[in-house]
Amino acid sequence: MTAHAMVMLRRDFKHLTRNPTSVFNAVLMPIVLMLMFVYMLGDAFSVGVDYVDYATPGLMLMAVCYGLGGTATAVNADMTKGVINRFKVMDVSRGAVLTGHVVTSVLTNLIAIAALVGVAFLLGFDASASALDWLGVVGMIVLLATAAGWFTVALGLAAKSPETAGMAAVPLVMLPFFSSAIVPADKMGPGLREFAEYQPFTPIIETLRGLLAGGPSAGDVIPAIAWCIGIAVVGYVWARSTFSKRA
Amino acid sequence: MDHAIQAEGLVKRFGETTALDGVGLSVRAGTVLGLLGPNGAGKTTAVRIFATLLRPDDGHASVGGYDVVRQAHQARQLIGLTGQFAAVDEMLTGTENLLLIGRLLGMPRPAAKQRAHELLNDFDLADAADRAAKTYSGGMRRRLDLAASLVGRPSILFLDEPTTGLDPRARTELWTLIRRLVAGGVTVLLTTQYLDEADTLADEITVIDHGRVIAAGTPDELKAKTGSQTLVVRPEDDTQLPVVTAVVAELTKAVPEVDGPRVTAPVTDPAVLPAVVRRLDDAGVLVTELTLRGASLNEVFLSLTGRPVEDEPETEGRPA
Ligand SMILES: Nc1ncnc2c1ncn2[C@@H]1O[C@H](COP(=O)(O)OP(=O)(O)O)[C@@H](O)[C@H]1O
Ligand SMILES: [Mg+2]
Repeated sequence: MTAHAMVMLRRDFKHLTRNPTSVFNAVLMPIVLMLMFVYMLGDAFSVGVDYVDYATPGLMLMAVCYGLGGTATAVNADMTKGVINRFKVMDVSRGAVLTGHVVTSVLTNLIAIAALVGVAFLLGFDASASALDWLGVVGMIVLLATAAGWFTVALGLAAKSPETAGMAAVPLVMLPFFSSAIVPADKMGPGLREFAEYQPFTPIIETLRGLLAGGPSAGDVIPAIAWCIGIAVVGYVWARSTFSKRA
Repeated sequence: MDHAIQAEGLVKRFGETTALDGVGLSVRAGTVLGLLGPNGAGKTTAVRIFATLLRPDDGHASVGGYDVVRQAHQARQLIGLTGQFAAVDEMLTGTENLLLIGRLLGMPRPAAKQRAHELLNDFDLADAADRAAKTYSGGMRRRLDLAASLVGRPSILFLDEPTTGLDPRARTELWTLIRRLVAGGVTVLLTTQYLDEADTLADEITVIDHGRVIAAGTPDELKAKTGSQTLVVRPEDDTQLPVVTAVVAELTKAVPEVDGPRVTAPVTDPAVLPAVVRRLDDAGVLVTELTLRGASLNEVFLSLTGRPVEDEPETEGRPA
């Protein structure tokens, strides 16, 4: 990473830690959701395994999504308040400005997920994953977080105001509910079921679920990786062109 | 090099809107140019082109001899920009804001700290140095914003409406800071909607409207052209407005405006005031108000374009 990118990263991280709403949404919300699903609803769902074992991979993905609202708002504030213009006039590369936000977003996600998994273990989470499988889990999450990060940075740059940027990230928070995160897709009603089966988050969750159970299936891993790369490329190209065009 | 900032035939369109329609101007090194115009005239667009943020659709612009499109990189080494809306990082403290800029400019940490400290002192922000910028007043934000654009000691500075929205005291404070910079040799292009601001700060003024230059010259030349002051007469009896209008027209040789119960007209020679008093006295008109006041932008416009400034609503917050 360049010196500029390091300076930007430190600044973006400072932002995040000083914004209690972002910290709450990114780190505490996923834990609250986990407690809610496992304690309040866990008995209502019969998924064949311990509910905490079923829900943890889905909640990991949700934790990534909940971090994105803060990223979108922060990037947009930079754009609409003229901070990005100031950086441009100072010849700070767009790479440094944007990478700072993406890396902050990924690091936030990793912290949130580490906390979430800690709570999951306290609730009796029982993974049969090997060290290599865990490495796969981390890899999948970093890939997802990077892809979602670039996409969200693009959303944030393009949005008219921080409020609309926050709103634009809402679908990303809602999408996991219509995946196999909370209940298996085949338990859903028609229409919703097809949607859940074909949307990007389901193969990603199934990959995580497979890895944690000690055996992912290629039928999930390949679409999961393909989706992530696709989202990353779209986000990256969109972010870079918006950054250059909008002044 | 003689001209620090130069532009010829700048054109910029946004869809249907022509924001700049062939603007040319030049600023001699070490002087201040006031770019004066109402809301929507194209001031911010021009500044953004000079600051390398926007490409013109046609025409050329250069700063410090570097073309802002082809040599943007070199141009950026020379310039500082303070946009229309303070671009401070609200979550960071005053010190952190300036430190960030210093570090991004490649200064080593101790040097960046030193420079931040120096600027905070100069800009009367030392007491608030460790507070988040979001707790600052409007005037303090503007000062921090200006300080941020000075970290790298630019020799050419663009200030887009630096005092719009400030109270009179904060405004005067900022004027003092700008004067100090100019005394230190910085070339300044400053946009404003206020004639008095251009008058106090600028060596030369360029007036733009609808993306076109409608007048240019020193403040004195401009005032001579437009009538430096406005005569205001209010008769006690409204029915005497036509008499007053006729007298004022004859003595000022201008076309007076009737504004409610008042008659106003641009005046170049202050000696007209006693003459008006005498003539109205002779005509037996009693007046409740008879004053000369400095011309407003509105009156400058009226005399340059024959129509008043259109009150365009403030466009949605787009930072510079
Ligand atoms: N990014 C933009 N997109 C569309 N229209 C714009 C944009 N920027 C400026 N304009 C339009 O160009 C004209 C000049 O705007 P601007 O340069 O901001 O004027 P000023 O700074 O003098 O108020 C206005 O009509 C404004 O609405
Ligand atoms: Mg403007």
